[in-house]
Amino acid sequence: MHEYSIVQALLDRVSVEAQARGASRVVSLRIRLGELSGVDPGLLATAFDTFRERSVCEGASLAIHQSHAVWACPRCQVPIERGAPLRCTGCAVPARLIEGDELVLERIEMEVPDV
Amino acid sequence: MCESCGCGDSKLVPVDVHERILEGNDRTARHNRHHFEEDGVFAINLMGSPGSGKTALLEATASSMRDRGRFIGAISGDLATDNDATRLRRAGIPSLAITTGQACHLDAEMIHEALHDPPWKKLDYLFIENVGNLVCPAVYDLGQRANVVALSVTEGVDKPLKYPVMFRKADLVVITKIDLLPHLGGDVSIAAITDALSRVMPNPIHIAVSARTGEGMDAWTRWLVATARP
Repeated sequence: MHEYSIVQALLDRVSVEAQARGASRVVSLRIRLGELSGVDPGLLATAFDTFRERSVCEGASLAIHQSHAVWACPRCQVPIERGAPLRCTGCAVPARLIEGDELVLERIEMEVPDV
Repeated sequence: MCESCGCGDSKLVPVDVHERILEGNDRTARHNRHHFEEDGVFAINLMGSPGSGKTALLEATASSMRDRGRFIGAISGDLATDNDATRLRRAGIPSLAITTGQACHLDAEMIHEALHDPPWKKLDYLFIENVGNLVCPAVYDLGQRANVVALSVTEGVDKPLKYPVMFRKADLVVITKIDLLPHLGGDVSIAAITDALSRVMPNPIHIAVSARTGEGMDAWTRWLVATARP
């Protein structure tokens, strides 16, 4: 259940941004979570619901954009079929992960006093 | 304008961050890596299930590395007890225990604190024996040069397919307890395990060992020596 420590890191990061801009509250967060990030989206959402209370993110919504693992040959770019050995059948070179390991805070929406 | 206190109305501000959520951990990991490089210590993040044979592998590694004139030390993470570190010290490996309490993994900050104990600087290799767990430890960079996953033959051949995140990050998989192979069913074989590895690791390098009989230990120590070469 490392999702709790991921949420703690997320709240710390958001808190820095909110303070720097004098935000009165955080409205929403958007994160990108790859299939191979090692983080479970359901557990992350639950952990966020628990820990956002009494933090800068109290009442904020969390949008999780998930991406599938995509492997391809670094030489001929041919994608590797899901579940197949991670080696290009044509070039015999090891495949490269194109996307699917992201664990990224993309965007924060916050309310800032209009002065 | 707000009528009660005269402050301005709020406006909605979008802030694009596009940064890894674990950037704080990554930063500390880079700092640890710098320490290791400066002192010529090859750090290895040794991961695997509870009972996969991580500690036994290190116990058996100590003497064969000593024969090659290389000195190893360890930091062992467990939720409770310092049993692993005690076992390793008994095998002549200077060891430190990190008791994580409820945390299912080690992170870069825990390693950084442990590094304040200076004797590790004299080592050639520092093994960071992570908490026994095939999920969480894979997510945290500790500053290591190599990730090694211990996978015992008794765990079943499809473990790599079930836990792809950890195996994808492995530079080497040490298949342990191979002396038990004759006692397992016909579908458990090194070939079946390596087939599973090839579907989750782009470079499925493995070494099969038995810490008990010593089989394969030579290949493992040769890998350690070759990989640590600058």
